[in-house]
Amino acid sequence: MLRPGFRDPVHDAQGVFRAVLDALARPGTIHAISTHLDPPEPLTPELAAIALALTDGDTPVWLDPALTASPEVAAYLRFHTGAPLTDDPARAAFAFVREAGRCPPLAAFAQGSPAYPDGSTTLVLALDSLDVGAGLRLTGPGSRGTADLALAPMPPGWPGALRENHAGFPLGVDGLLTAPGRVAGLPRSTAVEG
Amino acid sequence: MSEAYNFAYLDEGTKRMIRRALLKAVAVPGYQVPFASREMPMPYGWGTGGVQVTAAILGRSDVLKVIDQGADDTTNAVSIRRFFAKTAGVATTTRTTEASVIQTRHRIPETPLHEGQTLVYQVPIPEPLRFLEPRETETRQMHALAEYGLMHVKLYEDISRHGHIATTYAYPVEVAGRYVMDPSPTPKFDNPKMDDCPALQLFGAGRERRIYAVPPYTTVRSLDFEDHPFRVQTFTEPCALCAARGHYLDEVVTDDAGGRMYICSDTDACETRREDVR
Repeated sequence: MLRPGFRDPVHDAQGVFRAVLDALARPGTIHAISTHLDPPEPLTPELAAIALALTDGDTPVWLDPALTASPEVAAYLRFHTGAPLTDDPARAAFAFVREAGRCPPLAAFAQGSPAYPDGSTTLVLALDSLDVGAGLRLTGPGSRGTADLALAPMPPGWPGALRENHAGFPLGVDGLLTAPGRVAGLPRSTAVEG
Repeated sequence: MSEAYNFAYLDEGTKRMIRRALLKAVAVPGYQVPFASREMPMPYGWGTGGVQVTAAILGRSDVLKVIDQGADDTTNAVSIRRFFAKTAGVATTTRTTEASVIQTRHRIPETPLHEGQTLVYQVPIPEPLRFLEPRETETRQMHALAEYGLMHVKLYEDISRHGHIATTYAYPVEVAGRYVMDPSPTPKFDNPKMDDCPALQLFGAGRERRIYAVPPYTTVRSLDFEDHPFRVQTFTEPCALCAARGHYLDEVVTDDAGGRMYICSDTDACETRREDVR
C-alpha cells in the first residue's frame, strides 16, 4: 500500500525548506530535519522530506540505481510530488542519491549555462553519518572563516570533484547532504579543501 | 488568522517555486534568479516581490517586522504587517532584536542584525545595469561574462561631472567577488551593513520577476576607484529626537519659514534609544 506523505503538508514542507535554506546559506553547519515520514525502502525519510517539500511537476527528478531498483519508491514520489522521473542526470532539477559511495561524477548532472546558472541540478545525498569535524574544509559565502564537515561514506572522487565543481562557478551543482535527522548544504560557491 | 486563505496567502505550488528560486539565489550570491512572480493583492511597487519571498519562507514560529524607509508605522509597513498577521497568524513586532524575519523597503536597521535573522528586501529594479543597457538579453550576457566596465564608466562620469561619485542610493555592489548587484534603493549609507552580515539577505522583485540573495558572512563591496574610495553620507547634526549620531537621518520640514529638523529614519532604533536615555 502507498505510504502517506507529510502529516501537515503546509508546515512540514515549510520546516524542511527552512532547514535546507539555512543549511545552504551557512555551509558547514548542520540543521535538523524532523520528519514523521516512513517512505518505502531504500528511500530515507530525509530524502523523502526534501523531495516532498521541493519537487513537483516542474522539476525533473533523477534517482540513483539503488532508488530506481524499487518500484515503490518511484510510485511514492510520483504520487506525492507529481514530479516526472528522468533517467538523464543532465536533465534533472533534483537528483536523489541513496548510495553516496556510488554517486555519479558531478559533471554528469546539469551545470546550468553562463546566462542561466540556476538551470543546474540540486544533488541530494543520503549519507550514513554527517558531523562537524575533520573531513571537508569549507570556505566561502556563508561560512565565517572555515568550517569542517565530516561525512561518511565519502562519494567517489571527492573532495577533488567538489573543487572542480567550485572552479566552474557560477556554473555547477549544489549539494544537500543528509544523514538521519540532519542536513548540511554544499553550494557551488563553497571552496573545499581536505 | 483568516481560515479563508492558505497559510501566508500563497498556494503551496507557488511557495515551492519561490523556495527553489531562493535556494539557487543563495547558491549563486548576487545572481538574479527568474521566478514566476504572482499577482498579489497589492499594486506593483508596494513590495509584491518582498511579500512573496516572505510568504515562502515564513513559518508559524517566526516573528515578523516590516519597515518602510526605516519606519514601522508608515502605510506600506503597517499594511504588510497586517497582511501576514491576518493570512499567517504570525507574531509581529517593531523591535529589530525580537524579529526573526524583517521585510524592508529601502533601509537596513541601525541595530546590528544577528545570526538566525532573515532580511527580505523589496526591490523595484533588480538589474543594476538596466539604466545603462535596457536590453535584458544584453545585461544577462554582461553578467555571464562579468563584464561590468559600463558600471565603472557610469561612476567615472559621475566624478567627471560632479567631482565625486554622485550616486547616493541603489549604489552598486559586488557580491562575493563575482556578481554586481543592486542593493535595492537603500541609501548608500547602508551598504557597509551588507558586508559580512550575520543575517541572511533575500531580495524579491515582483514586477521584474527576480529573486536574489546574499548569504551570511559574504563579502559585499561597494564599487569605487582607488583615488575615489566609497564613502557613506555623514550628518552634521545628531537626531533631533534621540540625539544619536551615526544614524541615517530624514529631513522633516516643520513650517513654511525654513524650519526643519533631522530625525532618525529607523523608528525602532530611535525609540529604543529614547527609552534607554529615560
